[in-house]
Amino acid sequence: MLDRRDFVGQLLIDRGELLVVCGLGSATYDVAAAGDHPLNFYLWGAMGGTAMIGLGLALARSDRRVAVITGDGDMLMGIGSLATIGVKQPKNLAIVVLDNGHYGETGMQPSHTDAGVDLVAMGLACRFKHARAVSRIDEAADVRALLHAGEGPILVNARIKAEDVPRVLPLRDGHAIKQRFVEALNSL
Amino acid sequence: MHSPTTIETSWPDAIYAHFRRVGIRQVGYVPDAGHSRLIARCRSDPDIADVVLTTEEEGVGLVAGAALGGERAALLMQSSGVGNCVNMFSLLRNCGFGCVVLVTMRGEFGEFNPWQVPMGTITEDVLRLAGFLTRRIESADAVDEIVGAGCDMAFNGNLPVAILLSQRLIGAKQWTR
Repeated sequence: MLDRRDFVGQLLIDRGELLVVCGLGSATYDVAAAGDHPLNFYLWGAMGGTAMIGLGLALARSDRRVAVITGDGDMLMGIGSLATIGVKQPKNLAIVVLDNGHYGETGMQPSHTDAGVDLVAMGLACRFKHARAVSRIDEAADVRALLHAGEGPILVNARIKAEDVPRVLPLRDGHAIKQRFVEALNSL
Repeated sequence: MHSPTTIETSWPDAIYAHFRRVGIRQVGYVPDAGHSRLIARCRSDPDIADVVLTTEEEGVGLVAGAALGGERAALLMQSSGVGNCVNMFSLLRNCGFGCVVLVTMRGEFGEFNPWQVPMGTITEDVLRLAGFLTRRIESADAVDEIVGAGCDMAFNGNLPVAILLSQRLIGAKQWTR
């Protein structure tokens, strides 16, 4: 089982021009903890929508790499988007699910993945080019390489420990998050 | 009553022309009889990424992602689909994403299926409560002007705009079997 902060931190080492969309709650805090960056699009709501924001961005900017980093609850709520992404086959899109099998924001109630629902199998069934589970920190370098150069669509289910970690709260104003992202992307 | 196969069936081409004019590059939709001609036009256009959705809610995320990447997007849905989107619409308002949603109405005029009525009768109110500017179109000769104005407002000012295509315009679903 992975330490979520350690894992996300390693994924985002020397991130370069990687575009990151992160799902509400702990995934947003984890990405912020790895270092605030204008090319992070932090979500504080819109549960279930993170992967689709990644798809819209990946289609708009096929010249850039897009990483969606989110939790199992958000992925489950938007599970149909795996099928939608499977139809479009974006080569530049990767989704990393930080799967602790629990709804951390609401009191650690077990999620569907805790009962054995298999997101990797769903990714494969939805025609993802790569779909794999990771649970050891020495696999982080492989995942990081996939984010930067793997052929998408990619789904990585990262088994992380179900534990509360200190919150790291980034920008919350949606207009500011959007504007900062767009300006940074335009200036690349 | 207008029939979808005999009268005024070219209005989707006027919508498509505005998509081209304002540079729509992504169109999200759930397959729909009323939008079938417009969907076909978008699908055959190499400049437009057509994204078939499992639920209309996905389209709201798509619009946001497209805008982050500098592209304009439109959504096509039935009135029932509006109900599927409600919480996700908060993304548009929270971040100020421009969006055009074209809604084919069911459950309001000559509807065969009463199960369409509850959502069809609250669709426009739901959109307004969610922060959309709304316009209804009742006749084919108004499509060009209203869709044009809606597209301009959506993308000049980053506003969510919904245009309701009335069931009278589209023609009530024909049940022949």
